[in-house]
Amino acid sequence: MPGAAVQITGLNKRYGDFVAVDDVSLSIEPGEFVTLLGLSGSGKTTTLMAVAGLTEPDSGAISIDGRDILSLPPEKRGLGVVFQNYALFPHLDVFDNIAFPLRMRKWADADIRKAVERVLQVVSLEQFSDRRISALSGGQQQRVALARALVFEPPVLLMDEPLGALDRSLRDQLQTEIKRIQREFGVTVIYVTHDQEEALALSDRIAVMANGKICQLGSPDEIYERPNTGFVAGFVGDSNRIAVSMGNPEDQFRRVSAPAAPELELLALDRTEGNSGQAVLMVRPEAIEMSGERPDTDVNLLEARVELREFLGASIRFTLDTRLGPIHVRKGRSGPAAGFKPGNDIWISWSPSEGALFPPAS
Amino acid sequence: MPGKSMNWRSGALLLPGLAFLAILFAWPVARLVATSFSDSAGAFIHYQRVFLDPIYVRVIGRTLLLSTQVAVLCLLLGYPLAYQLNRSGPLGKAVILLCVLIPFWTNLLVRSYGWIVLLNPQGIINGLLREIGLIDGAIPLVHNTTGVLIGMTQIMLPYMVLPLAAVMSRLDPTLPSAARSLGASPLAAFVRVYLPLTMPGVLAGLLLVFMLSLGFFVVPALLGGPRDILLAQLIEFNINSTLNWPFAAALSTVLLVATITLYWIGDRFFDLGRLWGTR
Repeated sequence: MPGAAVQITGLNKRYGDFVAVDDVSLSIEPGEFVTLLGLSGSGKTTTLMAVAGLTEPDSGAISIDGRDILSLPPEKRGLGVVFQNYALFPHLDVFDNIAFPLRMRKWADADIRKAVERVLQVVSLEQFSDRRISALSGGQQQRVALARALVFEPPVLLMDEPLGALDRSLRDQLQTEIKRIQREFGVTVIYVTHDQEEALALSDRIAVMANGKICQLGSPDEIYERPNTGFVAGFVGDSNRIAVSMGNPEDQFRRVSAPAAPELELLALDRTEGNSGQAVLMVRPEAIEMSGERPDTDVNLLEARVELREFLGASIRFTLDTRLGPIHVRKGRSGPAAGFKPGNDIWISWSPSEGALFPPAS
Repeated sequence: MPGKSMNWRSGALLLPGLAFLAILFAWPVARLVATSFSDSAGAFIHYQRVFLDPIYVRVIGRTLLLSTQVAVLCLLLGYPLAYQLNRSGPLGKAVILLCVLIPFWTNLLVRSYGWIVLLNPQGIINGLLREIGLIDGAIPLVHNTTGVLIGMTQIMLPYMVLPLAAVMSRLDPTLPSAARSLGASPLAAFVRVYLPLTMPGVLAGLLLVFMLSLGFFVVPALLGGPRDILLAQLIEFNINSTLNWPFAAALSTVLLVATITLYWIGDRFFDLGRLWGTR
């Protein structure tokens, strides 16, 4: 079955005084991979569980391919759910776990066998059919959970931090696999995670959530390159944060000054939406250029001394001491800047379009 | 695991307890068993009586049947109780636990006489039923098997609820949700997932209640009828009234062997040792 469209409209859920989900609306295309990204308590899991039918929202509407599902119990919604801890049935073996949704649908035994074998092949677990769940590794359990949620070919797959319990290298491997399987089945995926790298790698679109609200919805590139709030900019990817006072507009930029070094000429994109006074200037560590000679510019230019050089494999992270406080810069292992060492006095600069201004509180 | 890394110092700490058990328990039990085999007419004469005389066979059969009934009644009452206990907040938990445990902590005699007050033909329950016109005479609720069942089920209930609640609290609460999301109705989720996963608790509770019920004396003696006596009453009768101690010892040995066998079965085949804290 190809993926279905999911429409969430005005979803609300409170637990006592705590607002878990605050007027969330989200429209998901058939076959799309959408990630709800946020910290714990941001409402992402509650939203997912409301779609699954395992949490009853206070108000709002949820429909799949235009059909309202809110009044349906979870077993009638026909959605695949992968839980954070996998929620595999410990008293059943791998085959019976995966066959469970088909047995509930009263499939014939021969059809069940065929479908389970097919999906076991998709997740590369053909040899594990009669293993006990407790005899599987975490990654294998994750695949069984995925197979069980997909075997009945649901139009929508809901995943709640499915890789949260696994170590880094296994996560990378399973990420690729999840993406491949999603394409193969054409299923619509709503994916919940607090891991921004996972969200950036997997998603067609990301909804960044905080305090029960969606703060930004967009493609991974948009979210990373044009965050609309300081929270999103700080949460997705690393950022240098510099406290500044707002000055006058200049072309598409705005001039600002840093109280720590008022003579510096700083220009950045204004995303404060009309705020004046104080702001936070955010610059990505990889957007900052380092050079031994003074570059031919006056804008966003300052002197720095290399404090720390951390070798991270593919990249190198520098911690610089500047008049604006410590600034992080990330550079490729093979670039010209890779040779700088602690103690070197250098110049740093960045293009005005790589700096963005946000209201200080956000 | 305690006991594995034990040196002589901690071993010495066990000595008082071991001495106590050896002198006041192991030795008397050995004497008891020996007594049951010591008869000039033959070592097994008393056991032949126990297992061949229809009167005694009937007492044993009645004891087994009643213990089974108590165990099943405790399961029927205890399973929903344990379920609710596990789902409740701290206050609900405290209330349910108190309701289950206060009778358990109450003196056995007080509680048994309490049941007599409630259940006798002039008692509160029969009086109430007459009052609202449901019955004319009186339902015989006490001094028969019904009375014993009621009294014993009440006292045995904690032995069912606590192991069940222990198993339920260890169960991953998302499993029933997962079953529902995979297409199981609430009933199917219970039958296919929740019940099989709580089976160890069910078996532990059934065995525990059954084992303890086999040797029960006070409740059957006070709430039971004079004709349908149980094994423990038969033992008491042989000790105090007919003074046939070797025969009483044989009956006791049968009871002891039955209990140890059940314990062994539970420990060996159902992994109940973990629930009872011996493993």
